[in-house]
Amino acid sequence: MNQEMTVDARGLACPIPVIRAKKALESIPQGRVVVLVDEQAAVENIARLAGYMRCSHQCAACEGGFRIIIEKPGSGGEGP
Amino acid sequence: MNAERLPGRGGPAKEPHMATQGQCDLLQLTEHCGCGAKLPAADLREILLGLPASHDPRLLVGPVTFDDAAVYRLRDDCLLVQTVDFFPPMASDPEVFGRIAAANALSDVYAMGGQPLTALALMCLPSKQVPLGVARAIVHGATEKLIEAGALLVGGHTLEDPQLKFGLSVAGLVEPGHILSNAGARPGDMLVLTKPLGTGLTVTAAKAGLAPASLVEEANRWMSALNRAAAEAAVQSGAHAATDITGFGLLGHSWQMAKASGVRMRLRAGQMPLLDRAIEFASMGLVPAGAYANRRFLDGRVRICEKVPLALQDVLFDPQTSGGLLICLPAESVEKFRQAAAGQWECGCAVVGQVEEGDGEPRLFVGM
Repeated sequence: MNQEMTVDARGLACPIPVIRAKKALESIPQGRVVVLVDEQAAVENIARLAGYMRCSHQCAACEGGFRIIIEKPGSGGEGP
Repeated sequence: MNAERLPGRGGPAKEPHMATQGQCDLLQLTEHCGCGAKLPAADLREILLGLPASHDPRLLVGPVTFDDAAVYRLRDDCLLVQTVDFFPPMASDPEVFGRIAAANALSDVYAMGGQPLTALALMCLPSKQVPLGVARAIVHGATEKLIEAGALLVGGHTLEDPQLKFGLSVAGLVEPGHILSNAGARPGDMLVLTKPLGTGLTVTAAKAGLAPASLVEEANRWMSALNRAAAEAAVQSGAHAATDITGFGLLGHSWQMAKASGVRMRLRAGQMPLLDRAIEFASMGLVPAGAYANRRFLDGRVRICEKVPLALQDVLFDPQTSGGLLICLPAESVEKFRQAAAGQWECGCAVVGQVEEGDGEPRLFVGM
């Protein structure tokens, strides 16, 4: 089942946004985690985390910072 | 801003963690750790821009070459080396923080080929959060390192401040023939690095609770290690130049040395000594903000081969606290250096690149 979560990590310095995003991704079997951050370093670090956890991600500027959408694939059956 | 209780830059990241023995976890008191708190190199250049020049011939090494320490001629046979370094904690334990701060400050004197003599302590203390016993433990750790180095703590200065910071200003002497400045690298020299990279990444992982205690201890052991053996081996083996690797990362300090010397450098990323799991921490996104600032500063100044994986690049930009010396040695002297350093655990001998002719940017080429 797809789940969606939002992590608002604006105002938080690294590594806290990465820890929060990692916990959110680990808490769902598959689905989407939206992370809000306001530092470029956090954007870069969340992108690395997404790759490390074999998830795809997209980043866009938004009011007050950046919005990173991470898609966590299910563990079975839907690979390329 | 969200509702979380997190003040901005410079303020404490959380309430101090009180451990059972009544000590604070210093690492959780800070946003930027150790040399990762340095202002970006670009900002420093802007601050120093247009500084009224000192034309005193006794000043042999000043701010122009972005060197590790200043060198001033007292007599023809006796040169004064002066440096200062202080920063927020990069270790949880106050004694360890003190030891690392002292090793880091002393390192600037060693990186110039000098012997430290005296030190003044600088401490900024949030005294309502950090008990005086913790402050005493920091100074105690620093004093132990100074004794090991044969230097004396002769005074200091303390301030009430919202962010804990500690460091030392160190004075020492160097013989004229022994100066190891940033500006002496020559084409044909080999580049030798004496400590593993990845302390910034490991400290960030520790702050995130993702680094096992054994890895944190290993990083602390290296950060606490004096660069004395490395400097002595460098002087004995006829090194042309040296710098210590701190907040600007391996590539930032290499670039400064290449620029000051008017040369190019070719580095081999695959030959770098690394702390265990530093690459994995980088892959996970535990890269300190300072590493990104270092990368931005070096944009156009360094060319990195696409074969070098991103995580390994991150390690090369990682701000180091009390890192090793990067030494420029004539190729035929590498073996002599290796023998001089043999048996001294604080001084590794990894050949990580070489110096080439050529001025202008990019000055650094990084391959595997």
